Amino acid sequence: MNEETEVEGTSLWQNAWRRLRRNRLAMFGMIVTGLIVAVSLVGPPIIATATGYTYDYIPSRADLIRSFPPLSAPDGSFSLSHPMGTDSSGRDILARVLLGGRISLMVGIISTLVSLIIGIAYGATAGYMGGHVDDVMMRIVDILYAIPYMMIVIVLLAFFGGQSPLRQLFLLFAALGAVSWLTMARIVRGQVLSLKNREFVLAARAGGVSTSKIILRHLVPNTIGPVIVYATLTVPSVMLQEAFLSFLGLGVQAPLASWGSLANEGIQNIAVFPWQLLFPGVTMAVTLVSLNFLGDGLRDALDPQTRRTS
Amino acid sequence: MFRFIVRRLLVTIPMVLVVLTLTWSLIRLAPGNFYSGERALPAGIERNIREKYGLDRPWYVQYGKMIGNTARGDFGTSLRYEGQTVNEILGRTIPVSAAIGIMAYALALVVGVTAGTIAAVRQNSRFDYGSMTFAMLGISMPNFVLGPLLVLLFSLTLYWFPPARWDGVPSRSMVLPVLTLSAIYMAYIARLARAGMLEVLRSDYIRTARAKGLDERHIVIRHAMRGGLLPVLSFSGPALAILVTGTVVVERIFALPGVGNYFINANLNRDEPLVLGIVAFISVVILCFNLLVDVAYGFIDPRVRY
Repeated sequence: MNEETEVEGTSLWQNAWRRLRRNRLAMFGMIVTGLIVAVSLVGPPIIATATGYTYDYIPSRADLIRSFPPLSAPDGSFSLSHPMGTDSSGRDILARVLLGGRISLMVGIISTLVSLIIGIAYGATAGYMGGHVDDVMMRIVDILYAIPYMMIVIVLLAFFGGQSPLRQLFLLFAALGAVSWLTMARIVRGQVLSLKNREFVLAARAGGVSTSKIILRHLVPNTIGPVIVYATLTVPSVMLQEAFLSFLGLGVQAPLASWGSLANEGIQNIAVFPWQLLFPGVTMAVTLVSLNFLGDGLRDALDPQTRRTS
Repeated sequence: MFRFIVRRLLVTIPMVLVVLTLTWSLIRLAPGNFYSGERALPAGIERNIREKYGLDRPWYVQYGKMIGNTARGDFGTSLRYEGQTVNEILGRTIPVSAAIGIMAYALALVVGVTAGTIAAVRQNSRFDYGSMTFAMLGISMPNFVLGPLLVLLFSLTLYWFPPARWDGVPSRSMVLPVLTLSAIYMAYIARLARAGMLEVLRSDYIRTARAKGLDERHIVIRHAMRGGLLPVLSFSGPALAILVTGTVVVERIFALPGVGNYFINANLNRDEPLVLGIVAFISVVILCFNLLVDVAYGFIDPRVRY
């Protein structure tokens, strides 16, 4: 430290980054998350070129004869050429897990973005408007909180889904995003409430800036800390919900796969081929643990006063 | 207090209506119908079916009939399980799910509160770090992974418990489903209890209690837990809503004849009366439970006024 020679203020972000770096669990989470994202992005094409296996590739008889002995065990258990074994149709589980990871991560991220957009818009409006508007808007959130929304999502997916895998995926994004914005709205509202009477907002208003611009340009950027923290924690919870739905056969549909739908396929053969469930399941658990560690670490780093672990 | 309960009960009714209306509109707006299959039905047969189920009437008549029937607690007959009324199915399946759910939540409360409290009292100890890492694993482990893992270990390797069957309430077949379902709540409750206790243990009235010379055990159990466990109590409301989803998955894994399994099948079969019946029943239960939590809040925390 050469503080005497060079006095430089540390910004909020520099402080947060330093605290985060000291948190070993959070760094572990960050590295593992990064690795899993990278591997799911880069892995499938590599496997496809190396072995010809893709997520929907079903080997022909000739391929089976060529690829199973001697590199692979005859019952489809794991081996050099198939590190995670093969599934009931002879497809490489590693390739499927990686491609499933893409879908699972995508659902997590896109649904979180949807919930971010709705939550920020709603929360910021309610917080800034205040008064009756705020009362009504927040009462609606209270009511929605109490609704068993997963049941409604199940009804939605079962009755509207099933036409095409892509459509099902969009339904998933919309449904999961639409139900996870409530807490986000509350957080943003709370932040905006505490910010809106500060001088810089007053100055902006005195300068004739429009309401929408005050909300978007002055208030929302200042709520970013808690929002990032909550968004990081929303990703794993949305992924978990997606996995539930896919596990029940209502989420991602073949030929697309996600960790949940792979686990659903795997559980059929649990007694004989347990790895068909364990590999996608454990990959998912590891990802969620890392994301949760990262989110917790971010909360501690960005918001050191309210160090709670809930 | 009494007025509060009455007021809350009155709010509950429109909320159940909202849930029902949403579900009903989704069912009605969805393309296709429960009788539409791969092959188109002859026009005469289709007309008869529509007439039998009242589908030929305008939508507001159908809606009114649905609301009226629900208000009387008569959900009609299942379309898939012919000859069984929805109420019969509910009566048969609810006890199974309720038994699993209540046991799981009770187990989670006992273990979670104990672990969380000890972790808070011995903050930064090895127990604290250990139990919180465990709790993080519990939060992140999907129960459809944990369940099969337990089955692999306890059923298929050690042969202690049956992997998938249901022998009624006090039986070995309950152990694995209850464990699987309770894991995530245990984890949540342990974290909430720890956070709540940490906050309370630093507060002034605890310092006063210590200054009076009360022993630490007494302080923790009688003074601190009362305030420190409020977050756990308020979590119990939403927890029940998540418990419903969790139960669905656990019932699938262990092939239990519970309401969750029927709910999924009813949806996939487009068994409209059964779907509506289950949705109505569960939302009433959840809303009443939320009310119960709010009332309990008042007993535990004297600062709460209605």
